[in-house]
Amino acid sequence: MPALLEARSLHAGYGETRVLHGIDFAVEQGGVTALLGANGAGKTTTLRAICGMVRTSGEIRLGEERIDGRPTEDIVQRGVAHVPDGRGTFFELTVEENLRLGSYIRRDRHGIAQDLERVFGYFPRLRERFRQQAGTLSGGEQQMLAIARALLLGPRLLLLDEPSFGLAPLIVQDIFAILHRIRADEGVSILLVEQNASLALDIAEQAYLLETGRIVISGPAAEIRRDESIRRSYLGY
Amino acid sequence: MARNALLAILAWLVVACLPTFLLSDYHLFQLTMVIVYAIAILGLAILTGFNGQISLGHGAFYAIGAYVTAVLMYQYGVPYWATLPVSAIVCAVFGFLIGLPALRLGGLYLALTTFALAVAVPQLLKHDALEPWTGGVQGLVIDKPDPPFGLDLSPDQWLYLFSLFVGAVLFLLAWNVVRGRIGRAMMAIRDHSLAAEAMGIDIALLKTRTFALSAMYTGIAGSLGAIVVQFVAPDSFGIFVSIYFFVGLVVGGVSSIGGAIFGGLFIEFVPNLAEKVSKAAPGAVYGVILIAVMFLMPGGVAGFVGSLFARFRRGTKSVELRPAMIGESVANNVSAGVPGGAEPDPGGNRGV
Amino acid sequence: MEGVLHQVLSGIASGGIYASVALALVMIYQATHHVNFAQGEMATLSTYIALTLINLGLPYWIAFVITIVVSFVLGLLIERILMRPMMDAPVLASVGVFIGLLLIINSSTGWMFDYMIKTFPTPFPGGPLLFSGYVSGHELGAFFITLVVLIAVYLFFRHTKLGLAMRAAAFNPVSSRLVGIRVGWMLALGWGLAASIGAVAGMMVAPIVYLDPNMMAGILLYAFAGALLGGIDNPLGAVLGGFAVGIIENLAGAYLVGTELKLTVALIIIVSVLVVKPSGLLGRTVLSRV
Repeated sequence: MPALLEARSLHAGYGETRVLHGIDFAVEQGGVTALLGANGAGKTTTLRAICGMVRTSGEIRLGEERIDGRPTEDIVQRGVAHVPDGRGTFFELTVEENLRLGSYIRRDRHGIAQDLERVFGYFPRLRERFRQQAGTLSGGEQQMLAIARALLLGPRLLLLDEPSFGLAPLIVQDIFAILHRIRADEGVSILLVEQNASLALDIAEQAYLLETGRIVISGPAAEIRRDESIRRSYLGY
Repeated sequence: MARNALLAILAWLVVACLPTFLLSDYHLFQLTMVIVYAIAILGLAILTGFNGQISLGHGAFYAIGAYVTAVLMYQYGVPYWATLPVSAIVCAVFGFLIGLPALRLGGLYLALTTFALAVAVPQLLKHDALEPWTGGVQGLVIDKPDPPFGLDLSPDQWLYLFSLFVGAVLFLLAWNVVRGRIGRAMMAIRDHSLAAEAMGIDIALLKTRTFALSAMYTGIAGSLGAIVVQFVAPDSFGIFVSIYFFVGLVVGGVSSIGGAIFGGLFIEFVPNLAEKVSKAAPGAVYGVILIAVMFLMPGGVAGFVGSLFARFRRGTKSVELRPAMIGESVANNVSAGVPGGAEPDPGGNRGV
Repeated sequence: MEGVLHQVLSGIASGGIYASVALALVMIYQATHHVNFAQGEMATLSTYIALTLINLGLPYWIAFVITIVVSFVLGLLIERILMRPMMDAPVLASVGVFIGLLLIINSSTGWMFDYMIKTFPTPFPGGPLLFSGYVSGHELGAFFITLVVLIAVYLFFRHTKLGLAMRAAAFNPVSSRLVGIRVGWMLALGWGLAASIGAVAGMMVAPIVYLDPNMMAGILLYAFAGALLGGIDNPLGAVLGGFAVGIIENLAGAYLVGTELKLTVALIIIVSVLVVKPSGLLGRTVLSRV
């Protein structure tokens, strides 16, 4: 099956600092791809690079098109939803307004309403808190809100940046259970960045390991999970 | 090195005296105003350029100095030269007093407040309670002083030399302050106040003192200006005086002592030239040049000249001239995605 | 007592004008963290445009609407051309650009329309109306117009998709891009809207204070005071602050300091707010980023 997203020789950085040194990876259509690595390895930068939020050189293809060098808004138009690190919630706005913004670029009111119902199916707590100010939500709820907002775009590709970050283990379990459901029901391709390797490898088909801006390991997630030496040296478990 | 510098300055001074004998009284009057404005702008440079406190209201100090001199001369017959020290002290005190609340403001908020001060000043000057001294809306007319010791000079020639002398002293003083420990402390506060505080600099004291010093300079300039122009009235001290000083500062070079002279030249002569085109032209010219400088030449003329010199002379220790460093970047004050959202950050020295 | 009532009502009327300009200031501040020092001049220019249209024979309300549209476009252009490069500039640079803009607009206005003081017509029937002598017809009319504008703006931001997008862009430009909002254009629209609001304020105040190129300087000051008093990052606060300043200014002018020192009252309000509670009455008190 052709990859939905493909990156080739991707370099990226901030100002004078280069963070990614020519990496290659792909996200399969309809699958989950995990991007693992320690802090500072360049995982967040990779997602930002895909979204046009940092300066890049190299190729990034979404489907048939090249998206490198395009502004973020254009890339979003093409069906890429990014749940950034830190959630990126609009704190001053209500849950409802946050969700409405998720579907900002869409015009199909009926479709949006349907998707909203489905999203409430995954995250019933958001329906309860619909009119609350987003900044008053707990960390876990904000993560749910961020994912919900991204889903409301109706994306082809969902980028998740460390959904487990800063959350209690039970909540993380809940969220990943929901991610499993989303992955099964929605048909959206997911690129998952995670420090928590075991959670990520549990849900992904493909995995890449990033170390100081270079990909050092890549392959089927199941294999990587089975390989004890990789687990011990790189993934810490 | 210091001796060479002093000799150079003396040489410049001698050269600067020459116009006294070469130019007409009117041109001398214009040059005298250049010196006056240069001193005023130097005051602003001390505060904004070297200490990072943005003031859009220095016209207020200029007005205070002018009125102190005018009132003393007109109402009490004090000789012109004796009014300068009084004016200096009065303005320093006002500067200190204004510097106190200014401690809690930074960047944009200080600019806003000083802007408000400048707008309010003419109204204050016209107030009835002060009228017995200030002459109200009509203002005061003062006599041009005669040269002392019966020197064979016209009053304009004498005033030029007098202002030149006062200016030279003030510039030397400023140059000394900036080069020394106090100057470095001032600039440390401007560039990174947190680090400066950690190094033991008493920020509050230094900032208010800098405000006082700056006010003193611009106040003395106001006094000189009053003597030279022979007239003070509330409507001559509106918001545009402050704005023009600001423009002169930026054009000359924000953190530059020499640049203040160019700033003075700029605001004395450009309006004259521009007004020939139309009454409205000076404002437009100022505005365009101000924006152009901000975009193209943030170091002003002095910065430009300095960079030319630096090309020819390696290892020149020059004070950083870019106003681009003054005040933290606006972007740093935007806390996107932080609970509570974008906060008004007055800066200042409140600590957390 | 009657005098107080008169001052208060009059203050509410002028407060509406201050509230409008304060709202324009806050809109731009919220989105860009810049203070538009040239807001007053833009409003003055708009008022002159309106006068020109009226003098050309257009009915008042047609001129009113055209002026609003033209001002909107002007504000939008200024943002796109001048302000965009200044997005991340240090404070001094942005202050310089705004002051430069102030100078340019001010002198352009003077050049195009000369410096003679002009009268500006009011569409409202003159003479004291309902409150028998406490407010003039124009003051009442101006109050209602500004109220309508403020309510319209509120509804726009709260209940339209575009308004939501503009708010989002102001609060969190990064996340806004991630949902496909063109943040740059949102800012431009914000500027256009602020310019339009300023135009309304100018047209409402001109019949009272007469039109000359420096008409709005004092009003800008009151608007600053109002915006700071209410909270410079809070539109509702700015509006309330504007009304409050109108009332305070009138009362203080009548009973405390005399009408000649009303600007000083504004200055005192500004200094007091910034020293005591910089975030204003309704603004968010957030820990200052050290």
